[in-house]
Amino acid sequence: MRKLTVPALWLSVDLALIAAGTSAQAHALLDHASPGVGSSIATAPPVLSLSFTQELEPAFANVTVTNEAGQRVDLGNAQVPPGTPAELRVGLPPLPPGTYTVSWRVVSVDTHPTEGHFQFTIGR
Amino acid sequence: MMSSCRFTIRAAGAALAVATIGTAMPPKHAAAHGFAGQRFFPATILTDDPFVADEVSLPTVTRPPTGLDRSQELDLDVDLAKRITPDLGFTIGQGWTHLKPKDMPGATGLSGLHTGLQYQLFVDGPHEALGLIGLNVGWAHTGRVAALGAPDVTTLSPTLNFGKGFGDLAPELAYLRPFAVTGNLGFDFPTKTESAGAPNPNNFNYGFALEYSLPYLQCCVKDIGLREPFSRLIPLVEIAFTTPIARSEGTQTIGTIQPGIIWSGTYFQIGAEAILPVNKASGRGFGGVVQFHVYLDDLFPRSLGKPISEW
Repeated sequence: MRKLTVPALWLSVDLALIAAGTSAQAHALLDHASPGVGSSIATAPPVLSLSFTQELEPAFANVTVTNEAGQRVDLGNAQVPPGTPAELRVGLPPLPPGTYTVSWRVVSVDTHPTEGHFQFTIGR
Repeated sequence: MMSSCRFTIRAAGAALAVATIGTAMPPKHAAAHGFAGQRFFPATILTDDPFVADEVSLPTVTRPPTGLDRSQELDLDVDLAKRITPDLGFTIGQGWTHLKPKDMPGATGLSGLHTGLQYQLFVDGPHEALGLIGLNVGWAHTGRVAALGAPDVTTLSPTLNFGKGFGDLAPELAYLRPFAVTGNLGFDFPTKTESAGAPNPNNFNYGFALEYSLPYLQCCVKDIGLREPFSRLIPLVEIAFTTPIARSEGTQTIGTIQPGIIWSGTYFQIGAEAILPVNKASGRGFGGVVQFHVYLDDLFPRSLGKPISEW
């Protein structure tokens, strides 16, 4: 009986901590993207979409797409669409074959900033 | 003996100076929770973290390898890391130990209280690099000294902790980018040269953790289709050594190699590692450790998880 007491106590404390805090949001990490991280696709989609693990603060969410020369190629209309607060989108023009770098920086609704970058390739 | 004592006091002074110099340096941007750019460094079990944080290990359960004298031990530890300012943090921890010498009754009780003060030297996002200096203190007579071997001497341990992600490797090495390393260099300076007739050596501590982050692979290199829980796994191996450098009569380098895995969730992480002694002096057979580690900054972002200076 006593052997069960200590683990039960730890478990109770841990569960209480998590239960007390899970109404909070956490760091927003990239869950998946379209085009996918490191993917090769035939043609550029009209929109690049990033899905995060937490809801974003729209005013502080941004994403850019650059080509191999470092020139920005996205349409500059990054936004967190209404109704999908954990998603960030930006429009893409028709893009020639090449490797493109996506750089994003967001702030989750609890003010944690995160950032990242990845590449995708068109037509190779 | 007297000269050793003077050396110890001088060394302790140097340790305090290191910490003082560190705290006097201009602050750099520091994000809690072990981020440098897009790199997330999990809290490792054996290797001290190279970042200040708001986290608690609740608990760490360790079954060390069998001792040289064939004694067996079980440890339960609780450790709290808390930021005072965005760049300055402290740690505090205490353990409970059950020690069972061979052919003798077992004993249980508290092990020594240990505290630390850390300063974030730098966070370099583009190069995924972190640096931290700290001064850890193991406090005398805060555990059960006679029965469990808890320290009867306060020990000062200045440390330099670092972390580096490999995200800036060349494109042809893309699949090596999820690798990262964290490490520690430090010294132990006991404030008393001997206890019960045995010398308390000064020690050089060094170790590192090599990890391969599947979350990093997924988010930043190539989405290979992993989904939870596998997409949050970080396999790693940790290695740590302690080498006596003064008053080392009868002692030798000891250390462990600890392969394992960490699962990092939104609010907590779970880690498990095997413990393999590097030589006979480090133990016999193998042991194991599991840790439940909570991210206070994610659980309580507007209260407990903020630096105290921002409360």
